[in-house]
Amino acid sequence: MSSHTSNYTPSTGIEKWLDDRLPLIRFSKEHLMDYPTPRNLNYWWTGGAILTFMLAAQIVTGIILAMHYTPQVDLAFDSVEHIRRDVNSGRIIQATHAVGASMFFAAVYMHIFRGLYFGSYKAPREILWILGVIIFLLMMATAFMGYVLPWGQMSFWAAAVITNIFAAIPVIGDPILQLLRGGFAVDNPTLNRFFSLHYLLPFIIAAVVGLHIWALHVPGNNNPVGVEVKSERDTLPFHPFYTMKDLFAVVVFCIPFAWFVFFAPDILGHPDNYIQANPLVTPPHIVPEWYFLPFYAILRAIDFNFILDSKLLGVIAFGGSILILFFLPWLDTSKVRSGTFRPMFKWFYWVFVANFVLLTWYGAQAPDMKVLGNFTVADTSKLSVLYYFAYFIVILPLLSRFEKPRPLPNSISEAVLKPAPATN
Amino acid sequence: MATESNLAHNDQPNPGRRDFLYVATAAVGAVGVGAVAWPVINQMNPDASVLALASTEFDLSGVEEGSSVTIKWRGSPVFVRHRTAAEIEEARAVPMSDLKDPETDEARVKEGHDQYLVMVALCTHLGCVPVGDAGEFGGWFCPCHGSEYDTSGRIRKGPAPKNLVVPPYQFLSDSVIQIG
Repeated sequence: MSSHTSNYTPSTGIEKWLDDRLPLIRFSKEHLMDYPTPRNLNYWWTGGAILTFMLAAQIVTGIILAMHYTPQVDLAFDSVEHIRRDVNSGRIIQATHAVGASMFFAAVYMHIFRGLYFGSYKAPREILWILGVIIFLLMMATAFMGYVLPWGQMSFWAAAVITNIFAAIPVIGDPILQLLRGGFAVDNPTLNRFFSLHYLLPFIIAAVVGLHIWALHVPGNNNPVGVEVKSERDTLPFHPFYTMKDLFAVVVFCIPFAWFVFFAPDILGHPDNYIQANPLVTPPHIVPEWYFLPFYAILRAIDFNFILDSKLLGVIAFGGSILILFFLPWLDTSKVRSGTFRPMFKWFYWVFVANFVLLTWYGAQAPDMKVLGNFTVADTSKLSVLYYFAYFIVILPLLSRFEKPRPLPNSISEAVLKPAPATN
Repeated sequence: MATESNLAHNDQPNPGRRDFLYVATAAVGAVGVGAVAWPVINQMNPDASVLALASTEFDLSGVEEGSSVTIKWRGSPVFVRHRTAAEIEEARAVPMSDLKDPETDEARVKEGHDQYLVMVALCTHLGCVPVGDAGEFGGWFCPCHGSEYDTSGRIRKGPAPKNLVVPPYQFLSDSVIQIG
């Protein structure tokens, strides 16, 4: 599909002149308009447009905020209040950026779970998937550093705890910790560099998004039945069919986004972050933002020594829970992409989703809270961590051996015409 | 072009000499890259103004017996606790086998100043500040993940791997210490 040629013919002299020098119009027409897209894409495939919109929204609001924000420990907290109270429209712009981070993650989780269900990570889309995981990691780093900037109590202690994770590395842990913080504790140098990097990373993300889309346009989209495009009958031009569908999805997505910004801009945050950072007192209950909770729960669940000490082991599990996604294309060996045609996979998948939601909940609870009889969050969350890893390392590799997939439709167009693929 | 130069290379009467030039050029290049890279990385390390505050002096005479104060050293809180005789006795009565990170109480204080316990006030788990006079061991309790320390600041329960860190310090006089 990469070899498809656009039917662009420059009509004016200027277009022809440009086309011979920098074929921008040809490129845009090929990739934004004529790009052949499977005709059966559902609304789960609008994630890309929503995420692109969110990245743009975060960059625009972020650049504006940087015009009014001061990255200095004595002034940072007040400068955010200044934005919220004094700057024209600052209240809305700051709220859009802060809520935007949450909405961005909500969208990226939907996008990732779409890929997990429909096997979008399988050949020939491994690079596409890996670039996606890299974007996810960059997003986490960016969001974390952005959260530190308002310099509230949660900001400060998030920075302290998360940078402390690096101290778990044997031997070189402490020098790395000092290098990251620029001091012996989280302080002004830390805030300064986080601001610098928080401004930089979104542009790196934009560059990787460019690669992500490139890697998408080479094999073309996966689709809900997971059968590759076989003829022109299986596709529709991207414009106007999917530009309109994507636009509609973005508008719908903006409804809850706007509701949060206008009516509950702080509901996703934590009240303690409206207390200025104090390096001498830790808030009684520190929790990360909701989008980090599942991984935070994994970090915390490892409170026992096993060959290595609990701290290092927790950090390994924490990092491993995301890094394992890089290997997913080779762990799931089933040739069938779409979960729709995998009767056993489907169950394990939905348990995985439920388990992920449960981990999110665990992450927000105090570790010694009782959940089942005498079992605490610290005890039962270990089962969730076990399932999380088992899904990737045990279940997916074994499933392809034992599972008998349902018959696949011969083509996308056949699936569209006969939704129940009973005959083959 | 590339194949031509490769052929030319093989035709040389003394290929070892040319290889030496390649290796030497690459080595000089690598040294150059390293020489530029190191300052670019090292600038992130603690700067002179941070290092200038790396030691601090503190007068212990204001700390009443049975009380504790928190002072700041290198941007981090430090506990100074003036322990009662009972607390010292309690800490010394603990058998080593009960400890996760075995260390005697004597090793954690300066001889002759056994009543003063000086420790970096950061939980060895993930760096939260523990709360004093709390927890079932009479020492400190960390609100973040529930680690508990005894009256010698040794880890007794919870996810923290080590005892609270005793910073390097010395007595300048009977009542003044210098930390760092």
